[in-house]
Amino acid sequence: MSTAANEPARSRGKAPAGERIADWADGRLGIYSLAKANMRKIFPDHWSFMLGEVCMYSFIIIILTGVYLTLFFHPSMNEVVYHGSYVPLQGQMMSEAFNSTLHISFDVRGGLLVRQIHHWAALIFLAGMFVHMMRVFFTGAFRKPREINWLFGFLLFVLGMFTGFTGYSLPDDLLSGTGVRFTEGAILSMPIVGTYISYFLFGGQFPGHDFVARFYSIHILLLPGIMLGLMVAHLILVFYHKHTQFAGPGKSNTNVVGMPLLPVYMAKAGGFFFLVFGVIAAIAAVAQINPIWAMGPYRPDQVSTGAQPDWYMGFAEGLIRFMPGWEINFWGHTLVLGVFIPLVLFGVVLGAMAVYPFIESWVTGDKSEHHILDRPRNAPTRTGLGVAWVTMYMITLVGGGNDLWATHFHLSINAVTWFVRIFFFVGPVIAFIATKRICLGLQRRDRDKVLHGRETGIIKRLPHGEFIEVHEPLSQEQLHTLTTHTQYAPAEIGPLVDENGVERKVKASEKLRVKLSSAYYGEDNQIPKPTSDEYKEITSGHGHH
Amino acid sequence: MKKLSARRRHPLAAVVVLLLALAATGGLYAAFAPASKAQADETSQSLTIKEGRKLYEVGCASCHGTGGQGSSDGPSLVGVGSAAVDFQVGTGRMPAATSQGAQAPRKKPVYTQTQIDQLAAYVASLGAGPVVPTKQQYGPAGADVAKGGELFRTNCAQCHNFTGKGGALTEGKYAPTLEGVEPKHIYEAMQTGPQNMPSFPDTTMSSQNKKDIIAYLHAVDSSETTNPGGLELGGLGPVSEGLFAWIFGLGALIAVAVWVAARTAKAKKS
Ligand code: HEC
Ligand code: HEC
Ligand code: HEM
Repeated sequence: MSTAANEPARSRGKAPAGERIADWADGRLGIYSLAKANMRKIFPDHWSFMLGEVCMYSFIIIILTGVYLTLFFHPSMNEVVYHGSYVPLQGQMMSEAFNSTLHISFDVRGGLLVRQIHHWAALIFLAGMFVHMMRVFFTGAFRKPREINWLFGFLLFVLGMFTGFTGYSLPDDLLSGTGVRFTEGAILSMPIVGTYISYFLFGGQFPGHDFVARFYSIHILLLPGIMLGLMVAHLILVFYHKHTQFAGPGKSNTNVVGMPLLPVYMAKAGGFFFLVFGVIAAIAAVAQINPIWAMGPYRPDQVSTGAQPDWYMGFAEGLIRFMPGWEINFWGHTLVLGVFIPLVLFGVVLGAMAVYPFIESWVTGDKSEHHILDRPRNAPTRTGLGVAWVTMYMITLVGGGNDLWATHFHLSINAVTWFVRIFFFVGPVIAFIATKRICLGLQRRDRDKVLHGRETGIIKRLPHGEFIEVHEPLSQEQLHTLTTHTQYAPAEIGPLVDENGVERKVKASEKLRVKLSSAYYGEDNQIPKPTSDEYKEITSGHGHH
Repeated sequence: MKKLSARRRHPLAAVVVLLLALAATGGLYAAFAPASKAQADETSQSLTIKEGRKLYEVGCASCHGTGGQGSSDGPSLVGVGSAAVDFQVGTGRMPAATSQGAQAPRKKPVYTQTQIDQLAAYVASLGAGPVVPTKQQYGPAGADVAKGGELFRTNCAQCHNFTGKGGALTEGKYAPTLEGVEPKHIYEAMQTGPQNMPSFPDTTMSSQNKKDIIAYLHAVDSSETTNPGGLELGGLGPVSEGLFAWIFGLGALIAVAVWVAARTAKAKKS
């Protein structure tokens, strides 16, 4: 299209302006071929596949509103006296950071709304990532070839947490200052390096005069920059791998069934962006968030009860709150286990999610590509583990809000803390067992449905008086959907003697793998799906009610 | 000398003497009259105390002992002062329903203000203690709200939260919300330190400071408080905000996603 330019097309008149601009751009950028190759990229339709979009749009909203805030925010810890329009703080000493945040809230046009959109969007962004991650987890979308993309996503989640943390610390209010102090404590608890890192981060003793400015560069430049890059990489990989889909007739591991990117999906996505923006803006317009004026400026000699971080850091708070205050003293050094163990657990709990895909693929030994999603019930052990993890996470969140549970449900805070201590360990086990049983129950039901058909709710009385419920056989499509998943056989330890008859040493890792594999796929850990023989036998003739 | 004796018989001397005499009696009256008024007060005071004693015998003695000396069910009230009684009974904490439980909760008061004054007078008569403050002490005139905020964050927020929404203490004890608490009772709470709250006597926190705190609480935690950002969500900070973001934020977005996903150009379906 771009080559026929010097052939005069006079007779047909000038091309419309839009086409000419497109031509001009295409001649230099080669957009056309790029677009042609990708415009018909197919996206399957399922609400849960839009969770990633929720993250993307809220991230964009955060960036846009954040830029506005940088225009008015002063990342400085110089002390000033407040003379703004909020009366209950008049004449108080505060840092310039706090002062400018008050200024944004009360004296900049739209400032408070933008601040609130920014903060609500951050909470929703992280919540969106959490749910998106869970959907990817429970559907097995992290399997080959998407492990790297899973890691990109995971990194986005963790970086998102820290971007949020550095962000809400910027106003230098009493609440966030308490959070920064908490972080300092966690850093100090690290053996050997703790004090050095803390001195480095705060430029000396806490709070010093540097951390707001430093957090500022981290919050508006470093982390969002990395995240933007990761997000683009994440999306490129989604594009490149093509989206997964749920099993169904006509859907295979080698195709994608859905709507083309252009125009249908783009139109929907564009509309969806505005819906996301609308919902967040509406929330920000009706509900107050982080009212720093009510909390006052940070002073190390002040503290308030009910000092919690934003929800995505709540689980760190919980880990600290329910950990007993153990410490070890030796050779004049103190190891504050009460803080250090939670710090380690923080990494372990998150890290478990990061490495899970690799553990599972090691256990299954499956090296093939997967583009068809699992229904959670068909992977009972994975689903159980996921629910166990979520349970642990949620219990820890409860621990992070132990004081509010106590006051609002008239409980003793000690009882809440003990509940959390016990259920941190017991809860995930119960959740795992219960989830797995539910999954197996659902698998059994699927099996029954395939073999005996769907319960219609119609009761029939037979001539000899017996009542039976009429079962309606499933359609071919439904049968396909219910039986198309692969079921692994548990791994076995290979021959103990090699081809030369020499006894082979079985590695511990191999033994472990076999054990795990049978926990995943052994008898009682999955319900064999009906074979076509079973189906034929039952449907041909008598077995059918 | 001579001059004086010469004037002694001055015609005006009598007037001067009269004036002096009048002034003296006036002075004497001034010296005596308040004493007799005090006596009158004392009789009404002792009447009040007597009434208070009667009320006490019926409502309080079972726990605090007949002479206020305390029992296994309640502490001694000797020296707690009228302020403590006015606070405890005025906020409905006393009479306690039971001597068990983590702490006596705020309730609807059982006694009228007159009866409370009588009880307070009786308990105050058992031993000197903090006195019920006057309106001038806790009223808004001359208070510095911002200073009050600073004092509140330094002395009270660790138990009562930034703006007095309350918070948990150990073993089921709690610092209650301060919303809707009368200024007088806030003052008395600081003076007497009820139950698990430390007391802030005038020696550590001046009357002016208490007034500032009360004015601050009125500004940030009363029915007249405005929330420039919209719904306050309980004023409990990030926990309630997080819940709100999950339920209404993400909840709404998921609902929207389901709706959008359902509105598709179906390829074919007959
Ligand atoms: C069921 C028992 C009970 C009854 C009845 C009762 N109290 Fe109490 N009272 C207590 C207990 C227990 C405490 C201590 C509470 C604490 O400190 O935790 C207390 C504390 C007090 C205090 C605070 C003492 C201090 O040290 O500041 C005052 C004042 C008081 N009571 C007055 C009264 C008055 C007046 C009445 C009668 C109207 C009354 N109480 C009835 C049990 C009772
Ligand atoms: C150690 C924690 C603690 C501190 C610090 C503290 N309080 Fe309290 N406060 C409490 C507790 C506990 C109660 C409940 C007492 C009761 O029920 O008798 C309370 C009760 C009160 C009440 C009565 C509320 C009601 O419901 O009637 C007021 C008012 C009050 N406090 C004000 C203050 C002020 C003002 C300060 C700071 C000068 C302060 N408190 C400091 C723990 C605290
Ligand atoms: C900045 C945050 C994120 C953005 C903007 C984002 C965006 C997206 C989008 C738009 C998709 C395609 C649609 C979908 O499946 O929902 C996607 C897919 C995916 N995301 Fe994310 N995501 C983010 C965070 C995460 C996180 C935290 C994880 C997990 C740790 C993750 C893992 C994945 C995986 C594995 C896929 C492929 C899913 C499939 O093809 O079925 N992402 N992401």
